[in-house]
Amino acid sequence: MYVAVKGGEAAIDAARAWLAEERRGDPAVPELTLDQIREQLGLAVDRVMAEASLHDPDLAALALKQAQGDVIEAVFLLRAYRTTLPRFAGSLPVDTADMAVERRISATFKDLPGGQILGPTYDYTHRLLDFALAAEGGAVPVAPQATPGEGAMPRVLELLVGEGLMEREVPPEDESGPVPDLTREPLSFPAGRPLRLQSMARGDEGFLLSLGYSTQRGYGRNHPFAGEIRQGEVSVEVEVPELGFAVDIGDIVLTECQSVNQFKGDATRPAQFTRGYGLVFGRGERKAMAMALVDRALRAEELGEAVQGPAQDEEFVLSHADNVEASGFVQHLKLPHYVDFQAELQLVRALRAKALKEAAE
Amino acid sequence: MTEERRRWLAVLARAPGDELAAAVEGAGAPPCRVVRAAETGLVMVRGRAGGTGERFNLGEMTVSRCTVTDDEGRLGVGWIAGRDKRKAEAVARLDLLLQRPEGALLKARVVAPLAAAQAATREARAAKAAATKVEFFTMVRGDV
Repeated sequence: MYVAVKGGEAAIDAARAWLAEERRGDPAVPELTLDQIREQLGLAVDRVMAEASLHDPDLAALALKQAQGDVIEAVFLLRAYRTTLPRFAGSLPVDTADMAVERRISATFKDLPGGQILGPTYDYTHRLLDFALAAEGGAVPVAPQATPGEGAMPRVLELLVGEGLMEREVPPEDESGPVPDLTREPLSFPAGRPLRLQSMARGDEGFLLSLGYSTQRGYGRNHPFAGEIRQGEVSVEVEVPELGFAVDIGDIVLTECQSVNQFKGDATRPAQFTRGYGLVFGRGERKAMAMALVDRALRAEELGEAVQGPAQDEEFVLSHADNVEASGFVQHLKLPHYVDFQAELQLVRALRAKALKEAAE
Repeated sequence: MTEERRRWLAVLARAPGDELAAAVEGAGAPPCRVVRAAETGLVMVRGRAGGTGERFNLGEMTVSRCTVTDDEGRLGVGWIAGRDKRKAEAVARLDLLLQRPEGALLKARVVAPLAAAQAATREARAAKAAATKVEFFTMVRGDV
């Protein structure tokens, strides 16, 4: 129960002013610019955009600056901003096969058309603190260049699809209807795969990472391989009504992960591989992989597998994946609960008095 | 025409706003009316499950758009990623100019160099990616 409480205006003003001062830190240190954040803390910017479900690197940089680097607070700021803008349209589905690939690896095939492209990855760094970075103005090594190979870079899983060994992902025949959208309609269960993918694409990375990890440790085991991870720019196209054709409005960076999983087969389907799918804004490889694991785990019922772990429980996953919702409900405990607590206090006092009285008799 | 127009709109959408504004100014714009003033909003970006399957909503992005027209009823349209309304209007004006008889000149003077610069950037990134391509070689038993 909430009761209106007045007072504290002066304290609140003072707290906000102090926060602004703390945010700025030591004034003798130069202030961060948004360009610096966007260019040099790019992975934090990408994470804020992904979890805010709003692609705009400059605004994500501003949110990070305003939130002093608190990612969930920055996500909240960007979500709030999003509600001030009208939605003009939905894009055509992005074509990740046509991505300008900057990284593309497969753990299932060594030799594949287009090859294994490592890209600007942390995978082969030594994870030793680089004290050279502590000194400013150091020389930046020049990335070597080579001649790109001819020919396309097909999705790895399509090679298995061609052989009939991998389930084929086909769109429904009728796509005239709307795409289900959890920002427009409250979630109800069963939600179905499009809403699950939307929820996970904007879900908290830590939550999905832990859930994906739990499937590997046996809570809904499904034997995944990283069939393909690809990262790079894709163009976004929008149908413009007054033109009657789709306009390419620019590029965004995406990371896609397709896992390859076993499927024993059933009465109607032969044994084959199935997949889990992860797609996120920016360079979010860890999250794309976790999302693919959880997507596949959530398909347990569809594929006739026993539902044994939390990662396989659609309602559990989708109800708890959103960090703004989670943060709001956890932090609402800070709001005044003075009256509720008075009631509980009276109850505990009464129970104790009664027990004392009974003991005395 | 449509394919050509799609191509120049894609090039303009990726170009720096300042360069486009300068190009509009330099073109000596003909009488042209704003049908829809430049505004910023959102596009919901969609993906497909597994890359080829059912559609789903990936997340939104900021976009800006603007529509202009001339006395002959041509429409110039600007749709761009991001919140730069001035740029959306510059794209719309250039799109209109490019459809007019004098468009060919503008295409050579503005669109072609922008397209070349964008291609060069793309190729440089592709070349860096190519340098990180793994060349496997098999160890022969006994080799160290």
